[in-house]
Amino acid sequence: MTIALASVLEIHPQVAVRPEAFGALAYHYGNRRLIFLKHPDVVTVVQALHDHPDVQSTLSACGVTQDRWPSFIAALTSLETSEVVREREITG
Amino acid sequence: MSAKSLVEEMKRGLDAPICLTWELTYACNLQCVHCLSSSGQRDERELSTDEAKKILDDLRDLQVFYINIGGGEPMVRRDFFELLEYSVGNGIGVKFSTNGAFIDEEKAQRLAAMDYLDIQISLDGVDAATNDAVRGEGSHAMAIRAMDNLKAANFGQFKISVVVTRHNVSQLDEFKALADFYGAQLRITRLRPAGRGADTWHELHPTNAQQREIYDWLLKHGENVLTGDSFFHLNAFGEALPGLNMCGAGRVVCLIDPIGDVYACPFVIHDEFKAGNVRDEGGFAKVWKQSDLFLSLREPQSAGACASCGAFDACQGGCMAAKFFTGLPLDGPDPECVAGDADEALSVIARGSSPKPGMDHSKPITLTRKRLPVGA
Ligand code: SF4
Ligand code: SF4
Repeated sequence: MTIALASVLEIHPQVAVRPEAFGALAYHYGNRRLIFLKHPDVVTVVQALHDHPDVQSTLSACGVTQDRWPSFIAALTSLETSEVVREREITG
Repeated sequence: MSAKSLVEEMKRGLDAPICLTWELTYACNLQCVHCLSSSGQRDERELSTDEAKKILDDLRDLQVFYINIGGGEPMVRRDFFELLEYSVGNGIGVKFSTNGAFIDEEKAQRLAAMDYLDIQISLDGVDAATNDAVRGEGSHAMAIRAMDNLKAANFGQFKISVVVTRHNVSQLDEFKALADFYGAQLRITRLRPAGRGADTWHELHPTNAQQREIYDWLLKHGENVLTGDSFFHLNAFGEALPGLNMCGAGRVVCLIDPIGDVYACPFVIHDEFKAGNVRDEGGFAKVWKQSDLFLSLREPQSAGACASCGAFDACQGGCMAAKFFTGLPLDGPDPECVAGDADEALSVIARGSSPKPGMDHSKPITLTRKRLPVGA
């Protein structure tokens, strides 16, 4: 899946995210993998995904300036590959 | 983040351990000659069920993702399943190590029905003769029966855990084939001179030529084989092996022993590496976050005699526990240094003069003799 500004994402339900000095550690209970989130801003964005309609609005809400969007799209793409985030399931 | 900066981050310590071993009891049905915790008999000070649950509550609050449960043989505790369920219910995944003695058909089914549970069966030889010489008579059959039961119960992918010794290095391919047969994952770890292993290490640890064999084998098969932090000292041969390439003691690794003492790692049960006790005020969290020992381990460590070695970045001077219990200085080469830099220092340390493990729950010696086959 390619992540774009219009993607609708959430933290994978089997993933726990724990803040650390350098950012956060994520653990996937399904595949038993540890993933390092190296940047505090990425952690903020990942944790805010669920509260906003799409990636772009999440980035704006978290105060990420437009020039940094491409690197956040790249970060979210790799996090989607490692199943830390996934496409949000629309409920209700 | 590059692998290197990640290691640098981890050396400064994490807010909670990612590799926490909790040994539930010193009691064991076996009496392996290399047991890292010198287990055998229960200690009357062992944590009660309520105390154990309180620890699991603390670990949940710290957001510990999973724990490694061991012993002794953890399944001899009557509250074993209760604690397992309590842990998983708290969102803490469990991997437990066992010799398999108590995994009968019914227990295998019960285990297979649980989520977030990994099982590691210890086996130190593909054949009974090799295995039983180290782990005791009948222990090979015990492990195989447990694996058969797990397979029949459709447990899924369990792990076969091998401590590499002089006598089983040549069996690595066969271990891999055995794991494949069971749909299991192979885990191989380093023999460290901890617990009763301190007495048997000189006879059992792989020779220099075998170290190279292990390294070459892992370069070829390492991606699918678990090793933890076992073999980073072999990185001095060249290319880095997969795995945790640093000593995480007190930084990302620690041990809670059966009586609640917290040590920097499972292989350093000795007062020098004891950070506190979970029964102390503030519990485990305070020990992890504030103990003098752990804070000092998170400071930059001196490379000592290894500083001038070109391989230091790759090998980091090896394993602290291995140095300590062989009587070597902690800021110098590992006893299995592939450059041979520890050989001379090792040769002048009189056997028996190196530090003794801090706890010994071995069964009375007469029992041991009876159980172990001649020549073990
Ligand atoms: S002392 Fe050895 S066994 Fe313990 S964490 Fe360090 S490298 Fe691993
Ligand atoms: S001298 Fe030290 S750093 Fe160099 S290979 Fe030996 S143990 Fe490793």
